[in-house]
This record gives sequence, C-alpha cells and structure tokens, in this order.
Amino acid sequence: MPAKIESKTAKSKWNGYSLKPRKEMPDGLWMRCGKCERMLYKSTVRNNLNVCPECNHHFRCDSDVRISTLVDEGSFQEILPDLRSSDPLSFAFRGTTYKKRAEADVKASGQLEALRAGRAFVKGRGVALTVMEPNFLMGSMGAVVGEKFCATVDLAVEASLPLVAVCASGGARMHEGVVSLGQMAKTAAALARFSDLGGLFITVLTHPTAGGVTASFGMLGDVTLAEPEAMIAFAGRRTIAETIRVELPESFQTSEFLLEHGFVDMIVPRSQLRSEIARLIDYCRK
Amino acid sequence: MKQDKTTLGSITHFDFEAKIVVLDEQIEELRALSSAKGIAYATEIRQLQNERVASLKQIYSNLTAWQTVQVARHPQRPLFGDYLELMIKDFHELHGDRCFGDDQAIVTGMGQIARNKVMIIGQSKGRDTKERIARNFGSPNPEGYRKALLKMKFAEKFGLPVVTFIDTPGAYPGIGAEERGQAQAIAVNLAEMSRLKVPIICICIGEGGSGGALGIGVGDRMAMLEFAYYSVISPEGCAAILWRDGSYAAEAAAALKLTAKDLSKLGLIDAIIPEPVGGAHRNIHDTVYNVESYVATTLAQLKRTPLEDLLKKRYQKWRRLGTEFTVHGGDQPTFEQLELPAKPSGTRSEQTTTRM
Ligand SMILES: [Zn+2]
Repeated sequence: MPAKIESKTAKSKWNGYSLKPRKEMPDGLWMRCGKCERMLYKSTVRNNLNVCPECNHHFRCDSDVRISTLVDEGSFQEILPDLRSSDPLSFAFRGTTYKKRAEADVKASGQLEALRAGRAFVKGRGVALTVMEPNFLMGSMGAVVGEKFCATVDLAVEASLPLVAVCASGGARMHEGVVSLGQMAKTAAALARFSDLGGLFITVLTHPTAGGVTASFGMLGDVTLAEPEAMIAFAGRRTIAETIRVELPESFQTSEFLLEHGFVDMIVPRSQLRSEIARLIDYCRK
Repeated sequence: MKQDKTTLGSITHFDFEAKIVVLDEQIEELRALSSAKGIAYATEIRQLQNERVASLKQIYSNLTAWQTVQVARHPQRPLFGDYLELMIKDFHELHGDRCFGDDQAIVTGMGQIARNKVMIIGQSKGRDTKERIARNFGSPNPEGYRKALLKMKFAEKFGLPVVTFIDTPGAYPGIGAEERGQAQAIAVNLAEMSRLKVPIICICIGEGGSGGALGIGVGDRMAMLEFAYYSVISPEGCAAILWRDGSYAAEAAAALKLTAKDLSKLGLIDAIIPEPVGGAHRNIHDTVYNVESYVATTLAQLKRTPLEDLLKKRYQKWRRLGTEFTVHGGDQPTFEQLELPAKPSGTRSEQTTTRM
C-alpha cells in the first residue's frame, strides 16, 4: 500500500517546483515522488519496478535495478566487469582529479564504470545487453563505455543474438576529451557493421539520455523505444536556453516530444518493456 | 569571400604577441624615416625583420592550449571559403538535403584537388557579419548533416573520394535543431561514414567543436592544422561545468588536451599540417598550399589501396579507438579492494538525484 502522509488537494506549484518548504524526509524507509510529491514506501516503489504507484512517474534506475527489472531472474552474465579507464589525459580540475572523482563514484554507485554489458534472457529470448549506470559520472561515455559496448556488439555477432541497449547518460565524458568523443564514432561503426550482418538492435531511451549517447548508439536502433516522460536530448536544456534566450516549454525534449517529431518508434511503460522487447525479437526472428 | 578588413573587428594582435607589436612599430618607423630622409636603412630593417620572424617562431612554438584556441578562432584565419577559392578547381556547389532545406553552415559540392575529382564537404563560418549570420556562425543544423550525407552517398555511387573541412564551434543547440533530430542526424553520419565505399579525408582547419565536428569527421585519415583545436566540449563550456565558472576556460583548454600536438601524442589524429610562421592568418596562401599538398599525397595513397582493405582498415581504426586507454583492474584498485559502504536500499527521490 502506498502511504499518503499529507493531503495533496491544494498543490502550490511554480515552474515545476513546490513553493512549500520541503518536509524532512524520514530516513531510510520513505521517499517522495518528484512528480506527485506523495510520500511513498521505498519498498513499495521498488516492488513496482521503480515506478510511482500513485502517478506512474518513472524513477531513474541504477544498473542493478534496471537489470533485475528487465531480464529473467539470474540470467545476466556480465562481460568485462573489471574494465576501467587509464585516465588518458591525466585530467585534473578545480583541485581534484578525474581519478578521484571516479573513485568517489565507484563508492556512490557500487559500479566500476558507467556501462554494464553481457548476455541475458528476456522472457526466455537470449539477448546481448548493455545497461548504463547513471550514478557513475552521470552515465557518461568514455573509452570503457565505448569498448564494452563494442564488445557486446561483437558478442551479439558471434552468438547471433539481438542487441538491446538501455541508455541513461549525461553524454560524452569530458574528462577523457577527444578519446570520449571518438567513442561516438566507434560505437556507430560497430553498429553499422552489425546492421550489415543483419543484426537486430533495439534501443531503450530512459531518463536522462543526452548528447554523446543520443548522437551515437542511442539513435541508431532498428527500433527505438523510450520510457514515458524521459528527457532525451542532443544539447542540454540550459545550453539551448542560454543560446537562444527564450523560455522552453516543459514538454521540450521529452519522450513524447521525440515521438511527436518522429524520432522514437514507441513509448513503452516500464511494466511492458519486457514483453515489448520479447515481441519485437519474435517478429524479427528469421 | 575576400577578406574585408573593415568588418573584421580590431583584433590584429593577441596579447601574447606584444613583442611583435613593438618590432612592427620599429620597422614602420625605419621605413618612414628612409622614405622621408632618403636614407637607406635596409640592413637595419632586414635585421629587425629577421628578429620578428625569430620571435614569431618562438612564440608560436610555445603556445598554450588556450592561446591555440584563440588562434584557431582568429577573425582573419583562412576559412573554408578561402580553400574553395584558392585550392578547389572547378567547384560546383550542390545544395539542399531534399528533406527540409539548405543549411548554409555546411557547403557541399564537386570539385578538383590536384587533378583529383572529389566531393567536398566543408563547414563554413562566413567572414563579414551578414555572411556569418547567414551561415549561423558555422554551427550546422540537422539538415546540414543530412545534406552532407546525401552528397557523400552520391560520391560513393560514382567513386568520388570525399574530403571534409571541419571548422565549427559545434552543432547548433536550438529548438528547431532538437525538433528535427540533431542527435539522430549526427549519429547516422557517424555510422554511414564508417562504411562509405570511397576514401574519406577529414581536415580540421580551425575549430573542431565536438559532435558537430565529428558529424563530418569520420574517415580514413584525420588531419589537423597546427593551431587548430579539436575538443569534446568548448573550453568555456567545460570550465562552466567542471570549474563552475566559465572564466577558467584557459585551465579547461589545457586539461582537455585539445591541440593538434596533444591529440597526435594520444594517437587520435593521423597528421599535423604545418602552418606558416605566426599562424595561418598571417599567410593564407601558404596555409592553403600545405593543406593541398597533404590532401594530394594522401589521396594518392588512399586511391592505391584496394577498397576492401581501405574499409577494413577504417573499421579497425575506429573500433580500436581508445581501447589502449582501458585496463583490466590495472593499477587502480579493483572492485573487491574498494571499501564499499552499505548500498542504500531502494531508490533515491527524483528530486535529489536528477540533474540535467
Ligand atoms: Zn508520483
């Protein structure tokens, strides 16, 4: 049962943010939905695929939650789990370094990099799968993400598997400079070859997917799915607002906006993602 | 596209060229003296000129990353239009993407470079204010990338090698660009260029602004002019995010390793095309000549390579990019060696975790 702590009849909202002082969140057990602002049991949300049971808002998923909600239980076999960046630029900034930031995010996310890759089953169908970890340097793409992605494409080629990529990324990883920029072309080249060999590639765009990932493998799916109300963009909202100096509508760069403009095939609620992917695989099986 | 000195703004010297300003003044003075008094100061003038060349060489061989960015953005730096005029014979511009419009920030067409018939794709910034606005300051919209791809597919059909000239601050961040799929347009170009069945040479002649540059930057060879830059994000943008203050652009530029020299060290580009003493803006003709010789030599090499080898090598070049910068565990602590706090159960609230 979702818990309602306060009545939400008179919501005072301005620009998407509540004007009321935020109530302290009780530690551990509770969380507040960013959309409907109801207080929710964390375990209830977790058991509901990380979706708000009250307003159907899709919360961000870390890679563990994403994998466990997408694939058949215990079927994920990970490849290259220990691959890490050698910090090619020895990048230092504002009194800290890329290495230190990465270490901090290893602790915060429990993951060694921003992409996890491997093979799994979805409703009994074998897939090669990549899933991004938004809590590791905002899921940004550097050399490791590109390498693991391409290794997964290779795996899909060798094992004749369809490829499913779940995207959630802040874009290219600045700390790796042009090495990270080059990963866009690297992943695109691998996918071009995969496509030439007749492989099926399904992308799932989730909140948030930006820049370097949308402008490479994110937009190269044979079928492009998106979760509801996800932010999917090339340029960041702030960059655009600063460049053209106009207020942007709230619906700008959402999944629904992309659907309207012809850049995704369908918006799929998380609860139907597994069955939709299974159905697509069955349709494309030769 | 001739230079119009009156509309170029006032930058003729950078602050790091103070010594050159002094020498220029001294040379001018001596010249004035010799014509006024009829005394020949030829030896003195020659001496000062030699000194000027020596200090220009000295300054330009020690440019910082941020100074390089400034040189790459110099208002008198040769633009794609200058290459078209001075290097490409018999240029026939081909307009439009057949879907939406004709993006002026990317110019495409057929022409000849050193007797090679080629397809030319170039990002065009424009010289004077009017042209700059028409060309959106060299920031392409999706239709620019789609136009480029359409002409490349045409080149593929008739075996014309493709030569691209990169010079953009970045793909345009605008409402229309998002509505028409900037990300998708660039992504498709990356995939298609990786397998286009003709040789592709890419040259960064000024600014290599992130995905906007890469969108016409996937090929068999990537060359950069000596003082061009190529970066995943503008130094200002990087400073605003990582330093939380755009005025740290110089620090960001250094950290991003965006100069031709640094990128060459990292193995990310294939060649550095030298610029004349004191930078391309001091001698447009020599700059164009250097680029032309690079393209001529490289085209000859690539045309000799059997197509199958060419495509295999291109694929390997991109597939291996960055692989050497990944390590298995390596000197960094492995996952097991790290002290992990108990993982927070469940999820965090959207309000506290959502950035962007
Ligand atoms: Zn809710």
